[in-house]
Amino acid sequence: MRPTALGAPLDPDAAISIRGLVKRYGDRAVVDGLDLDIRRGEIFALLGPNGAGKTTTVEICEGYRDRDGGEVRVLGVDPARGGRRWKADLGIVLQSGAGDSQLSVRELLTAQASYFADPRDADEVLELVGLTDKAGARGRTLSGGQRRRLDVALGIVGRPTLLFLDEPTTGFDPEARRQFWALIRSLRELGTTMLLTTHYLDEAEELADRVGVIARGQLAEVAVPTALGGRGTAPAVVSWTEGGARRTVETARPTAFVAELAARFPGEVPDLAVRRPTLEDVYLTMIGDRS
Amino acid sequence: MTTSTALPSLARVSRTRAGVELKEFFRQRESVVFTLLFPVILLLGLGAVLDYDLGSGVDFPQYFMAGVIAAGIVGASLQNLAIHIAGERSDGTLKALAGSPMPKTAYFVGKVAQVVAVTLATIGILLLVGVLVFGIDLPSGADWLTFAWVTLLGAAACTLLGIAVSSLARNSRSASATVTPIALVLEFISGVFMPFDQVPGWLQDVAAVFPVKWLAQGLRAVFLPDSLAAREPAGSWELGTVAIVLGTWCVVGLFLCVATFRWQDRGSR
Repeated sequence: MRPTALGAPLDPDAAISIRGLVKRYGDRAVVDGLDLDIRRGEIFALLGPNGAGKTTTVEICEGYRDRDGGEVRVLGVDPARGGRRWKADLGIVLQSGAGDSQLSVRELLTAQASYFADPRDADEVLELVGLTDKAGARGRTLSGGQRRRLDVALGIVGRPTLLFLDEPTTGFDPEARRQFWALIRSLRELGTTMLLTTHYLDEAEELADRVGVIARGQLAEVAVPTALGGRGTAPAVVSWTEGGARRTVETARPTAFVAELAARFPGEVPDLAVRRPTLEDVYLTMIGDRS
Repeated sequence: MTTSTALPSLARVSRTRAGVELKEFFRQRESVVFTLLFPVILLLGLGAVLDYDLGSGVDFPQYFMAGVIAAGIVGASLQNLAIHIAGERSDGTLKALAGSPMPKTAYFVGKVAQVVAVTLATIGILLLVGVLVFGIDLPSGADWLTFAWVTLLGAAACTLLGIAVSSLARNSRSASATVTPIALVLEFISGVFMPFDQVPGWLQDVAAVFPVKWLAQGLRAVFLPDSLAAREPAGSWELGTVAIVLGTWCVVGLFLCVATFRWQDRGSR
């Protein structure tokens, strides 16, 4: 799937619809004609190297920054003109987190909930993010992973239709990251649309329905994770051990090749492996081409 | 799901914010000691050491009462807000609030509630210590009214200036390092720690530009006998001028707030 053609109208049904977005800092265009549609109900991962315009794009959608050109609609509203009612439909988990506080986890959640029309129950949210045991703890006594889960709790307590997650798992250990992924999946089941930015390609592959790669202020490609960069049809590398040596063959028809191999060996093919390019391989190729 | 129910009213969110701000202040040991107890320590320390007669039967603690309450008001409003709002801006608290549907007015209502609570607590403790330890004379009759409006106007001016000054600092530490010495210098040249007529004339003129001098002078009118008004620069308490200067600083402060307040750190725009 290619990025939307320039000049196509904004998609009124999309959670986020962007056409020709431009943002300059001084002479430099950080975002330079970006088009993007994010459907309602999907998890969309935005990938890209630092400085490619990821955070700028997301913060324009969140209403934090002005744009210099193009059209943006978030839940049908221009973020530059979004009021309280529009903000009540968003959940925002910032990269910087929510800051220090003397309040307990439950007090923070209750205060945040009171800004919304139809918030979730604080205890229900604590259960969802696995912080029930820490409800009475002050923010500053939490570990890094617990603080991030608190940030997510604050982001979802308002029952958002659209949730922004900016590098939510930076600094997590592998176990905390897996727990976090389970949390995101349970939110998807509740129907929340999510825009995720991350540096972890395994995270994007694990969670996202579609991924988009930003390079030099434009969307290089949008695809399902398994098809990005022609991954699904790219030649596979088959490797095995034969006569004491490691053998590798690149082939567009790995299934047929493995069947031939199987016929040549009496039992198992020694050390057989079939490898497709990883998301990381195609990602690095894509941003390498562009930068 | 669409939000068919109405958003909470400004009054309701303001109540929530006031509760948040009171907890944030009174649970932080540093801010309680620094803002609330520092004037008390000053009163106890200087009151015990300095023991001279200012005439008309007025001893130093009686004179100092006006000054230390002025310092307490400046601490509870200007210093407290400049330092804490700068901190909230640098750690992302303000940015998170700006992205939420909280009405922005509610944030400032919460801050005002915090200043009112801390100011009243500071004045209450200072008066209690003054009466119990130093036997100072409390204001009487119409002096209470003067006390109320001078405090209100002074605290309002310093609250607005505190919010404005917070935008100049990079974080709470740099705000503290800037605002604390400035407040101390202003207090020194405004007759907070020593009789104003002992301050050199040109420094008196400098002090007269800023609100602290007029706040302290208005409070001296409350705590000192009228016979001591002769020692003021104009030979009177000049309460009219106190009201005009503090009122002007409120307007200036409000203008600066509107012109400078930012919900995000510099450089993130």
